[in-house]
Amino acid sequence: MRSANPRLLLLCAAVVAALFALQFVLSEYLVLTATRILILAIFAMGYNMLMGYTGMLSLGHAMFFAAGVYAAGLSSYYWGLSLPLAFVLGVGASFAVSLVTGLLVLRTQAVAFMIVTLMFAQVTYLTTLQFSDITGGDQGLTLPTGARGFTLMGIAVDLTRDSHRYNLALALFTATLAGLFALTQGRRGRLFAAVRENAGRTEMLGFNTFRIRLVAFVVSGTLSGMSGALYALMFGYIGSAFAGFELSIEALLFTLVGGPGTLLGPLLGTGVMTLLIDRLSGVTSAYLIVVGALLIAVNQWAPAGLLGTLRDRRLPWLK
Amino acid sequence: MDLAPYLLLALLEGMVQASVLMLTALGLSLVFGVMRVVNVAHGQFFMLGAVGAWLCAQAIPGPPAIGFAVALIAAPLAVGAIAWAADRAILRRIGYDPEGTIVSTIGLLYILQQSALIGFGPDARAVDPPFSHTLRTPWFGYSSYKLFIVAVAIALVAALWLILRRTRLGLIMRATQFDRETAQNFGIRVDRVYSAVFAVGAMLAAAGGVLVVPNQQAHYLMGTDPLLLSFVVVIVGGLGSLPGTIAAAVLIGLSDGLLSVFFSPTLAAIASTLLVALVLIFRPQGLFGRAAA
Repeated sequence: MRSANPRLLLLCAAVVAALFALQFVLSEYLVLTATRILILAIFAMGYNMLMGYTGMLSLGHAMFFAAGVYAAGLSSYYWGLSLPLAFVLGVGASFAVSLVTGLLVLRTQAVAFMIVTLMFAQVTYLTTLQFSDITGGDQGLTLPTGARGFTLMGIAVDLTRDSHRYNLALALFTATLAGLFALTQGRRGRLFAAVRENAGRTEMLGFNTFRIRLVAFVVSGTLSGMSGALYALMFGYIGSAFAGFELSIEALLFTLVGGPGTLLGPLLGTGVMTLLIDRLSGVTSAYLIVVGALLIAVNQWAPAGLLGTLRDRRLPWLK
Repeated sequence: MDLAPYLLLALLEGMVQASVLMLTALGLSLVFGVMRVVNVAHGQFFMLGAVGAWLCAQAIPGPPAIGFAVALIAAPLAVGAIAWAADRAILRRIGYDPEGTIVSTIGLLYILQQSALIGFGPDARAVDPPFSHTLRTPWFGYSSYKLFIVAVAIALVAALWLILRRTRLGLIMRATQFDRETAQNFGIRVDRVYSAVFAVGAMLAAAGGVLVVPNQQAHYLMGTDPLLLSFVVVIVGGLGSLPGTIAAAVLIGLSDGLLSVFFSPTLAAIASTLLVALVLIFRPQGLFGRAAA
C-alpha cells in the first residue's frame, strides 16, 4: 500500500527512533521529564485533532483528561483494579464522556462552543471538589504502592522504574501517532480540513459535517482521557488540578506553539513549553505570566505555530 | 425554627450580590454588544479594582471614608487606562477576530493576575469600610455599608443607561453596535469607540471590585468567580442586551444568595453553570433575548 504522505511518515519514524534512543543519553531526571512530555503530548495531539485539524477551539479539554484520571485512578484506588484494566476503564470513560458532551456541544459553534466547553469543564472541576470525600478534592489521593506495577502477557512492568515508565509512554505515544497519521493524512484527513475551511461547502458536497465533527470530537476527547489515565496511573496521583482551567489552557498553548494542524506540532510545543515552564517555576511562582505573554504573542505574530510556519514557508507536506 | 430571619438575610445578601454582579456583567455585556468580543480577562479588571481600593486605603491617611472615595474614582480610571492600552496593543492588532480575541484575553488574564501576585502578594487583605453603621432588624444587625453598595451600583447603572440613551456618546456607541460599517461611513471613528467601550466595560468591573472589597477581602485570584457569574448573567440575559443583563443579574444574584444560604455554594455553582451551558446550547438567544441578530 502506498502511504498517503511518505515524507511525513519517514519523519515520524525518525522522531520515534530518536525518542527511543534518547533514554540512553539523558540523565535520570530528564528521562522523567521526557516521560511527562510524551504523556502530555498525547493530550495535546488529541486537542490538536479538534482544534488544529477540524478548526474547533475548545476551552474545556481538562474535563476529558480528568475523566481518564478519575475513572482509572478511582477504580484502582477503591476497587484495586489491575492497572491495564483501570487504564482501559479510563479510556472507556473518556470515550463515553466525550460522546455525550459532543452530542450536546456540537450544536454550538465558534464563540458559543468555546464558552460551553469552558462551562462543562468548570462543572467537572466543581464536581471533583464537591465530592472531595471520594475524590480527595484539591489534596488528591495517592495510589497505593501495590498499584504501581503489573504483568501483561508475560512482561512485568514496574511503574516505579524510570525506564519502564518511559518506554510505556513511548509505546502509547507511538500508537497515538500512528493512529492519527492514518486518520488525518490522505483522503479522509482532508474531510476534517474541509469542515474547518468551509463547513457550508462541505455539506453542499454531500458530506455529513455533524458526523465529521463528532468523530473529531470523540477521537480528541478519548485521546485526552487516555493521556489522563496514563498520567494518573504512571505517577500514582489523582487530584482536582487535573480538571482545572489551567490544564485546558495548557493543551491550547502546547498546540498553538507547536503548530495547530500539524501531526508533530503538539509534541514539539509540549516539549518546548514543559521545559520552559519547569525552568521558570524554579525561578518565580508567577510563571504563568509567561504563559499569558506567549499566548498573546503567538496569537498575534505566529498563529500557525513553529511547525505551521515552517509548513507555510518551506515544507508543504508537514501537516 | 423560624424561617423569616433566614429568608431576610438571604434576600439582603442576594441584593448585595446582585448589584455587584450587575456592574461586572454590564461591563462584559457592553463589550460583547458593541465589539462582539468575549473578554475572558474581565474578572481581572474586577480584581484590579479591589486591589486598587486596598492601595488607596494604604496610601491615604485619615478616616477610611476619604481613601474609599478616592478609590471609587481613581481605581476605575486606572483600570480603564489599562484596558484602553490592552485594546490598542493587543485586540486591535488582531482585528477583533472572535477566537483570537478569546485566546489573547486569556493571555491578558494570566498577565494581570500574575502581576497582581508579584506586586500585591499571595495573601488576602482587608480594607476598612468607609463607615461602620449597623442597621437593626428584629433578629440580627446588618451592616448598612452593604446597602450602600446596592445604592451606588444602582446609581452607576442609571448613569450608564442615561449615557447610552440620552447623550451623543451613547448614540455613537449604539450606532456602532447596530451596524459597524454604516457607522464608519457616517464618519464615526469606530476604532476609538471600541477602545472607549473596552475601557468603560473594565471600569464597571473595577467599580464593582472597589465596592466589594470592604465586604470581602482583596486577593489576586478573586477575579475567577465574578467572571463565571458574569458569563452566566450575560448568557441568561441574552448576549449584548442591557435590560436582559440587568434582569438576569438580579435573578441570578438573588437566587445565588438564597441557594448559598440553604445549600453548599459549590453545589449552587454546579447547578447554575450547568443550567447556563444548556441555555446556551438550546436557547442561544438567552431567556430574555429575542432571536439572534
